[in-house]
Amino acid sequence: MSLEARLVVERAAFTLDLALDVRAGEVVALLGPNGAGKTTALRALAGLTRLSGGHVTLRGRPLHTLPAESRPIGMVFQDYLLFPHLSALDNVAFGLRCQGMSKTDARAAAAGLLERVGLAARAGARPRQLSGGQAQRVALARALAVRPELLLLDEPLAALDAHTRLEIRSQLRRHLADFDGVTVLVTHDPLDAMVLADRLIVIEHGAVVQQGAPAEVARRPRTDYVARLVGLNLYRGVAGGGRVEVGELLLHTSEPATDGAAFVAFPPAAVALYRTRPDGSPRNLWQARIGGIERHGDNVRVHLDGPVTAFADITPAALADLDLTPGQRIWASVKATETHAYPA
Amino acid sequence: MVPAVLGLVFLVLPLVGLLVRAPWSTLPARLTEPQVLEALRLSLITATVATVLCLSLGVPLAWLLARVEFPGRRVVRALVTVPLVLPPVVGGVALLLVLGRRGLVGEWLEAGFGITLPFTTAGVVVAEAFVAMPFLVISVEGALRAADRRFEEAAATLGASRWTVFRRVTLPMVMPGVVAGAVLCWARALGEFGATITFAGNFPGTTRTMPLAVYLALETDPEAAIVLSLVLLAVSVVILASLRDRWVSAP
Repeated sequence: MSLEARLVVERAAFTLDLALDVRAGEVVALLGPNGAGKTTALRALAGLTRLSGGHVTLRGRPLHTLPAESRPIGMVFQDYLLFPHLSALDNVAFGLRCQGMSKTDARAAAAGLLERVGLAARAGARPRQLSGGQAQRVALARALAVRPELLLLDEPLAALDAHTRLEIRSQLRRHLADFDGVTVLVTHDPLDAMVLADRLIVIEHGAVVQQGAPAEVARRPRTDYVARLVGLNLYRGVAGGGRVEVGELLLHTSEPATDGAAFVAFPPAAVALYRTRPDGSPRNLWQARIGGIERHGDNVRVHLDGPVTAFADITPAALADLDLTPGQRIWASVKATETHAYPA
Repeated sequence: MVPAVLGLVFLVLPLVGLLVRAPWSTLPARLTEPQVLEALRLSLITATVATVLCLSLGVPLAWLLARVEFPGRRVVRALVTVPLVLPPVVGGVALLLVLGRRGLVGEWLEAGFGITLPFTTAGVVVAEAFVAMPFLVISVEGALRAADRRFEEAAATLGASRWTVFRRVTLPMVMPGVVAGAVLCWARALGEFGATITFAGNFPGTTRTMPLAVYLALETDPEAAIVLSLVLLAVSVVILASLRDRWVSAP
């Protein structure tokens, strides 16, 4: 393990208590809602926020006893914090100058880094003359310039518009793949986390609620927050005899769940809606009331109240056929093959 | 409406009077009289040196007040602004008591280093700096408080020591505030009268600055007083114009 840390920071609203083990070359994303403590954790790693307890060890060396300027870190801030009075080149050269490199050498090295992020032509520009995407790349180059062992990224794509974000995300992924140190990034965007990270750590109220590979987290969410992020209906129930009891509902699942407390998850698109009780009585059928209807991408998302609250995604054509209105009572069913159960 | 116009007239009329009564025909000759040039030169030099002194002491003081949490900080901040409201003559008396030949520090300065401040050009600088420094400190402290401290954090994550952060990030970012403060400080030092005449006296060539010369000329040669006043007025207008965007025009 290259980074090994336990971060305890007391805040008025919550206490952050987080254990981290990250290998060199690995990218870990801290994912969580606003105010969950993600940025606090990152600042604690950087030495910008004092730990109330715990430790930070990088390659066997304690970091938590060092001030921020002595830690072998590079940090990219949410709004980049490029020094407004310095050119892009001098921003990137700043850290090297602090390490005692001569102005000429630092600028030459910085020019090389700017070239790597594709901004050689903008070396002389001041930060306010850069576009959002360019500023993001300068910020990354500035953080990488000091050859950090620990790279910290705070919402690195949050300040970008959708189009730029797409492009910068894939570039950032490439740079992170090239980086051989430990990377910890903070985001509230599940897509950023899935694309950029090898492992997700989901934090709510200062504590880890779930962690694992992105695919694993996406398939088997363990909290409502994660389920919403990855777009699944999630229920907690009790498994027995190959079925899971959720409230008054008995759900058949694709694989038999082990007896005991269990989660059941299914995608909104797996839910079928009927005006009248369907013939042949499929499994996993229940009567629901329509709570609301909204546009969702190319489809329509129907909010269902009833024995369980659920989202159902149907096509606009289906919506027209069914002639649905809020408050109406309808039948809903979900295929067992698309319903997954796993131990809680 | 009427009180507002009266207020404006009250403020502007004296300046108009100065312009109307100015001896325009003899102005060039007047301005090049040796006593005028001497007083002007002394004023410019002492005000500039006083400003440099204020910068070297006032900027660290402003940083301390803005950035370091310490007990009694509010009291210290209040103390810093005392020279702003203190009658300058009282300031001069206070300086005499401390830095005079029999003063608390002055005695020791003279005995130990052979330095005498009262009634010297250095004394003028001290008096001017005492009165003008609060302008600089308040301006710089305001700029430091308004500056986004996260830039300093960003610099720290790049390995910058406290001093490097200050020199390469903080100071450049608050530079407009420092410049504005220094200009105000310089203008205040240039116009200093009460503390200067009390602490440094009124000796031509060494301590007789422009304001002192104006006061003195008023008794003997009113025209000369008007000429000297015009010079000071011109300096004020230039400063006002140069700071227009930053200070004078309200948002």
